[in-house]
Amino acid sequence: MNHHIQQLETIANELRCLALRAIYLAGSGHPGGSLSAAEIVTALYFSVLNVDPSRPDWPERDRVVLSKGHGCPILYAALAKRGYFPIEELWTLRKLGSRLQGHPDMRKTPGIDATTGSLGQGISVAVGMALGGKFQSKSYRVYAIMGCGEQQEGQVWEAAMSAAHYCLDNLVGIVDYNTLQIDGCNAEIMEIAPLTDKWRAFGWHVIQVDGHDIAALLDAFAGAKNTHGKPTAIIARTIKGKGVSFMEDQVKWHSSVVTKEHFEQAMAELGCDRIFDTELEATHG
Amino acid sequence: MAERIPNNRVAYGKALVTVGETRPNVVVLEADLGKGTQTVLFRERFPERYFPVGIAEANMMGVAAGLATTGLVPFASTFCVFASMRAVEQFRNSIAYPRLNVKVVATNAGIEIGPDGATHQAIEDIAIMRAIPNVTVLVPSDPVMTMKLIPMVADSVGPVYVRIGRQDTPYIYDEDRLHLEFGKAVLAREGHDVTIIAIGNMVCRSLAAAELLEREGISARVLDMFSIKPLDTAAIVQAARETGCIVTAEDHNVLGGLGGAVAEVLSAEMPVPLVRVGVQDTFAESGDGEEVLRAYGLTAERIAAAARTAMARRNELKRIL
Repeated sequence: MNHHIQQLETIANELRCLALRAIYLAGSGHPGGSLSAAEIVTALYFSVLNVDPSRPDWPERDRVVLSKGHGCPILYAALAKRGYFPIEELWTLRKLGSRLQGHPDMRKTPGIDATTGSLGQGISVAVGMALGGKFQSKSYRVYAIMGCGEQQEGQVWEAAMSAAHYCLDNLVGIVDYNTLQIDGCNAEIMEIAPLTDKWRAFGWHVIQVDGHDIAALLDAFAGAKNTHGKPTAIIARTIKGKGVSFMEDQVKWHSSVVTKEHFEQAMAELGCDRIFDTELEATHG
Repeated sequence: MAERIPNNRVAYGKALVTVGETRPNVVVLEADLGKGTQTVLFRERFPERYFPVGIAEANMMGVAAGLATTGLVPFASTFCVFASMRAVEQFRNSIAYPRLNVKVVATNAGIEIGPDGATHQAIEDIAIMRAIPNVTVLVPSDPVMTMKLIPMVADSVGPVYVRIGRQDTPYIYDEDRLHLEFGKAVLAREGHDVTIIAIGNMVCRSLAAAELLEREGISARVLDMFSIKPLDTAAIVQAARETGCIVTAEDHNVLGGLGGAVAEVLSAEMPVPLVRVGVQDTFAESGDGEEVLRAYGLTAERIAAAARTAMARRNELKRIL
């Protein structure tokens, strides 16, 4: 396996540790959907995106819209690790006065490109960003990360239709397809399959990948870049709670409270102690 | 001078074109009602800056938000019912909360739209929109005001909701003498016995009511409260102080709209008798626009009657106190 991929896998693991610690200290949050998106977020922020953490408002930057806004701890972890703000700030998540709101806030947090959290809305905002980029002949690309339960929102399909209508090949929609939502599995709450057929029928180029396989994700993002005249949907099959044995594929970890025992076991499984020591040393210089 | 068409929607369409000529960053979104909202005028002049989203108002709000993040100034138009209710949560979370520079200009306000019936008669939009933080809410009353207001909206920063009626409406203002400022009521008629605070299509009816009252020797002040938010609380308090009683007139539910807003100010700062003319918390029905307005009490005669009632209550209060 190549060195770059290995490095990215290490980073994905670090982001899981940071996100879980932030959620644990917050006393609430969404661990399951944060963990399932770790590789997607890592591939974007540490390989794919053209961004500059020292200039979060740089007009030419690539944009990321976390349409599944509740998964923000993993995104905050990536932003912190990329240097948008100090790692320690992650421990203020969801607390009064923090720049890290319970759902992403573009006006408070450096690096957050869109205010999201109400499902189905982020993908529309991403369409507007991509349309604005085309209209102004900008070369930036827009990435929208959606949840699988979110696919049940009608607005997602309004947005999908409009992205294809405007031939937005600068837009990539990623579905974090972990098959679980708050009240149960997609199939029993409201079936969303066949998802690839749906996106294809709406005029998108569709790529299916294992959402925890970073090499496959990078290939998919490259494939999206080489797709012209239509937007690309990456259907990323993932496992909710991925990386922590007792959280994996468990509905209740959508948003359960992480107790001290849970936290310690998760940290041990992920090998986090070592990570925090180095991270904190690095931030303190 | 271009032809004067006595219609606020047409004035909006024309104002958009004017705005487009000098502001290349203004773009227009429309949810398949461009012929109603008159954004078709912009489409004819600037087709490359006109983005139809189809019959998908929720998506329109999000797309407008995304466009605004790229430095463009999107005007998003549809009917008031859809802008303020079908897509309100999108407007709240994707536009108002992040203070994005999106201008929602909605037409076909109130029950005056007539024949289409209650499904299309927005009587709640002001109450809804003014309850959302960060939003400026404006209701122009005549085409001169609309033509002046739209460029101001284009140059303002942050989310704006503009409410425009469907029917023709008489010219009220002289272009050279109308001065507009967000948060400042326009004094449409001076008076000292009673104040009528009105918006939109009720301003001309309030002026007609003032004429009726004048024949009885009553001097009625008329304030055009086109800026619902920010609200001109100083003008309301001053009117209460100087005339001692107030009437509000709006083509909207009296709950939460102009009447509600004025009641909030009066009760907190200068309690005087208030009579609210408007839709009395009921859905209206199909019919010719004027007939519907009459059937639901939105006429000059009813405004004049409300003024007499308000004055009688004020006088009664004076006796008691």
